[in-house]
Amino acid sequence: MTTTLYAAAAGASRFHRAQEPHAESSTLLGFWIYLMSDCLIFAVLFAVYGVVGRNYAGGPTGGDLFDLPTVALNTGFLLMSSITYGMGLVAAQDHRVRQTLAWLGLTGLFGCAFLGLELKEFAHLIGEGAGPQRSAFLSSFFALVGTHGLHVLCGAIWLGTLMVQVARRGLTPTSSRRLMCLSMFWHFLDVIWVGVFSFVYLLGALR
Amino acid sequence: MSGPVHAAEGVHATRRDYLTGFILAALLTIAPFALVMRPGAIGPVATGAIVMGLAAVQVVVHMIYFLHMNRRSEGGWTLLALLFTLLLVGIVLSGSMWVMSHLQNNMMPIPMDEMR
Repeated sequence: MTTTLYAAAAGASRFHRAQEPHAESSTLLGFWIYLMSDCLIFAVLFAVYGVVGRNYAGGPTGGDLFDLPTVALNTGFLLMSSITYGMGLVAAQDHRVRQTLAWLGLTGLFGCAFLGLELKEFAHLIGEGAGPQRSAFLSSFFALVGTHGLHVLCGAIWLGTLMVQVARRGLTPTSSRRLMCLSMFWHFLDVIWVGVFSFVYLLGALR
Repeated sequence: MSGPVHAAEGVHATRRDYLTGFILAALLTIAPFALVMRPGAIGPVATGAIVMGLAAVQVVVHMIYFLHMNRRSEGGWTLLALLFTLLLVGIVLSGSMWVMSHLQNNMMPIPMDEMR
């Protein structure tokens, strides 16, 4: 039955595509979808901060706590790591393994500098008695900024393992694909940080 | 002969793109920090609005120059996924703030002994 239909269709002119067009590799699209779902996690955390971010429970406000020069320096670290990762990707396209590794190493250093400064800030806040249990504002602050920091930590670990892979096996199609995925992840975290420093730190310091 | 990176996904990252994006992003970062750290003639409400406006522009800059967003990548599916996500993010953010502010303004204060 099906065979006859197909045979008849083969003779007739076709009004539909024989095959749905789709991308050769679905990995990057899949990873993009993952990033979008991650974006929703951050949207929820931003929404929580937006709702309870002014409930200080008689405790310190953002204006009292935030040290903007530190935040500016941290933002600079993350932005620098974005451009160095981009340069690493350009070097990878040109098959320059050593150059790629050098740029990736620099990216990792900037990422670690960001994490170090953020941990120092958290330790300072908790030491002052402004820990996550102090007020709803600080709970939502630590949840949002901490989740972002955790993502950066995962990205840094991923970066380290990828550097070992590239150093050992070179720029194979597999490692190149992984480099592209990490590139999206890393730049995505920078996009989230734009929201964090604007919405949390700068608007918080204005109050 | 194209390299393995573009063979894998069809995006060609260029040094020029990254440098353009970096300069734009740096300017869009420095401006709001300068605005908040040196309070000028405009009030805090206007400053806040400008800060959020510049953040929105910077997100677009990052998307175009760092994440290589365009209408063609993966046959348009990345852009479609992004737009759908932006819709959801908009609903979550504005909906939460709207509902919760009404709740805050219209609820009777709850006595302490009933708060459990």
